[in-house]
Amino acid sequence: MTETREITLDDIESLAVGAWILGTGGGGSPYLGLLNMRRLYAEGHRLQLMSPFDLADDDWIAVVSNMGAPLVGQERLADSRNIARAVEMQEAYHGWKFRAVLSLEIGGNNSIQPLMAAAHLGLPVVDADTMGRAYPEAQMTSVAVGDLRPYPCALYDPRGIEAMVTQVPTWKWMERTSRKICTEMGSIASTCKAPRTGAEVKKWGIHFTTSKAIGIGRKVREAQRRHEDPIAAVLDEGQGKLLFRGKVVDVARRTTEGFLRGTASIEGLDEDRGSRLELAFQNEWVVAWRDDGSERRPIAMSPDLICVLDSVSGNAFGTETIRYGMRASVVALPAPPVFLTAKGLQHVGPRAFGYDIDFRSVFA
Amino acid sequence: MRRIGIDVGGTNTDAVLLEDGRVVHAVKSPTSEDVTGGILSSLDALRRHPQVASGKIDGVVIGTTHFINAVVQRRHLGKIAAVRIGMPAAASLPPFCDWPQDLAALVAGEIVMLEGGHDYDGREIMPFAEAEMRAAARRIRGAGITSAGITSIFSPLDPTHEERAAAILTEECPDIRITLSHRLGRIGLLERENAALLNAALGDLAKVTIDGFRAAIAKSGIDAPLYLTQNDGTVMSAETAMALPVMSFASGATNSMRGAAFLSGLKDAMVVDVGGTSSDVGQLRNGFPREANSVVEIGGVRTLFRMPDLYSIGLGGGSIVRNAGVPPAGGRDGRSPITVGPESVGYRLTREALVFGGGIVTATDAAVKAGVVEIGDAARLGELSRATAEGVIALATAMLEDAIDRMKTEAGDVTLIAVGGGAFLVPDRLQGIGEVIRVAHGDCANAVGAAVAQVSGETDQIYRDMTRAEAIAAAEAQAKERATAGGADPATIQTIEIEDMPLAYLPGNALRVRVRVAGEMGSA
Repeated sequence: MTETREITLDDIESLAVGAWILGTGGGGSPYLGLLNMRRLYAEGHRLQLMSPFDLADDDWIAVVSNMGAPLVGQERLADSRNIARAVEMQEAYHGWKFRAVLSLEIGGNNSIQPLMAAAHLGLPVVDADTMGRAYPEAQMTSVAVGDLRPYPCALYDPRGIEAMVTQVPTWKWMERTSRKICTEMGSIASTCKAPRTGAEVKKWGIHFTTSKAIGIGRKVREAQRRHEDPIAAVLDEGQGKLLFRGKVVDVARRTTEGFLRGTASIEGLDEDRGSRLELAFQNEWVVAWRDDGSERRPIAMSPDLICVLDSVSGNAFGTETIRYGMRASVVALPAPPVFLTAKGLQHVGPRAFGYDIDFRSVFA
Repeated sequence: MRRIGIDVGGTNTDAVLLEDGRVVHAVKSPTSEDVTGGILSSLDALRRHPQVASGKIDGVVIGTTHFINAVVQRRHLGKIAAVRIGMPAAASLPPFCDWPQDLAALVAGEIVMLEGGHDYDGREIMPFAEAEMRAAARRIRGAGITSAGITSIFSPLDPTHEERAAAILTEECPDIRITLSHRLGRIGLLERENAALLNAALGDLAKVTIDGFRAAIAKSGIDAPLYLTQNDGTVMSAETAMALPVMSFASGATNSMRGAAFLSGLKDAMVVDVGGTSSDVGQLRNGFPREANSVVEIGGVRTLFRMPDLYSIGLGGGSIVRNAGVPPAGGRDGRSPITVGPESVGYRLTREALVFGGGIVTATDAAVKAGVVEIGDAARLGELSRATAEGVIALATAMLEDAIDRMKTEAGDVTLIAVGGGAFLVPDRLQGIGEVIRVAHGDCANAVGAAVAQVSGETDQIYRDMTRAEAIAAAEAQAKERATAGGADPATIQTIEIEDMPLAYLPGNALRVRVRVAGEMGSA
């Protein structure tokens, strides 16, 4: 697929649903971004989605994301101009212009951030990202796995605070330094990460994830309209596997080092009656254990995507919003291949989240 | 203590007199178009009972769906000013940005967006724009607007900018009605702002309606203070209700559950309220309905009201039975073709059901034929077969079992309290239910719930650099203070609900704590 096509508003409505599913429990709801896009489209803005393979090797690509606490986002909302300003900061710093905008993470509200920036800057959006889902930390990206340069990073706060992290030794240091600045800004910042070349996006980007999120969202919305099974639609469109169906019976949360960690337990219904699924999360779902009474074993883990969906509507449940009594279907979607290498697993495998287990793919 | 509880539903206005924790008398009257007429006739009917006629009444508590209906039906809503404080943050999503267009066109007058607001850590986003607020206030006066909603970023943590804006607005427009978003609680700017704007739009209707309630009470010769029930099953004074009409949005379903708790003496149980058209299933915890955590849409507007978590199904006493004449095994694939609900004859039950001489087969007719209840004239059931009737009851049982199982939060058998006029549709044996409890006056549980309602206080805040226990203690103290200010007797205040949520990506091990307490009305 090497063609540029227009993104319709209906595509963006589908993207919001699909990206929330690919958020694997985190990434924040795309609702506020969707509201911004409805307004921009009402004002006449239109966007183009381009294939990463249409980029020239020496094109510069802006990698954008909103950083911070989801709860702060619920109060300070999302303003499309802020993310565009972060992109302009990078252009001013380097003295050149970007060719296109790319999402850092396709999961959750960051799926819409490049669209907002692109609308104001008149740039196309690249059909790719660097996570294929949502992850909690800056080093958990395909470009970090590729050891690409982690700096500079631009952070913007609309009251007129602009910061550039111009040099760091590692992605971990970028995470720590930028997180501190973000905290000072009120734990919310619009960010434009280290610029990538077209060659880097073609080699290290996770490709066609925007289309994937739109496709999953469209199938779920169609299933909802036709009163068909939306879970089957996700499995079909995302080439996934159904892990478990049941009812949430327990949720325990705690924060450590600023991350939301905890577990959710789901009691089996239908074919899974008599079993339990235990899900561990660090902002996103990380590991799922199945407990059949006699035996407890991990059945899915990062980097495979673990998506916990409303069994009736097919919409995603977040780790912040899941609670007792919800009817959930747990689905695994295949991990991007870049994370399945030894180096990839170092960044996002179960041990990167503190679980001493060997990665075994649901799809092996 | 003698208190009258009134529930104004879509079909009936129920009224009960409660004396020292005992139901003295209960009546049902049809709800009138103007609401007040139905209240007047139920009060009249109540007072014809000898034990009601004499003696002092300590309070009248009314639960009404009048205000939520006004929003849903787009009636009696005023044009308002929307003031948002928090610029330059959130600039691209102004007030009304996610409202249905027809409702926004009806309600949106002046829209004002000013610098100010707070961050989660208490720092100002920007200093409050005093001069701009004063200029806006003059524009609002010039436009002849009589009601305003004011919302500032993180006002549940620091309301000072909302309060300052209100002071300036009042100086420039002395008669304006003002809703401050932090009084409606909850973090989540758009949803809190939407609640404040809906509330501002209902200002005039609230005044007219509550004045009408007072007039009806006075006309029926009762001299007692008026209270309105709110979404969480507690009461507010008539003055508070006039200022915050949105707080009464979901009181009907809540009152039923509170009434079920009172009449059964149980504090933790499932409740099913079977009405004429639908059944609501909920769960009592500590005597109060478990609340929904999610966004609630009212007339297409997203809000974060305190609403009971209910699962509703289209099954009630008036539910219409289809294919009653087809033999039970005569459908395709040998399945029964019989269906019941979601269509219902509603308030026409007493004319249109077979047992009342009508021509439509209803769930009530099936229940009479199957021998589970005696209502109307069983001789009129004609050709309705016993097999069909039992098929309908089995269908209703399966629908109820599914609904109850969806709302259960624990495995194992639980107790179910069955209330409402159609409670006879609930069989004594249900899957997942240990015992079905039926109570006297269960058909007026909603009015009983209104009569027994308590006074509550709530807080929802972020705490940092505290242990979990310290944060919860601080939140409880503040909620108790609020309940006392609302008229609760401090000695009777109990904590109803504690919810704590650690927050991701915030320093200082930030913890969001929400606490709700309630106590008996003080005899002030």
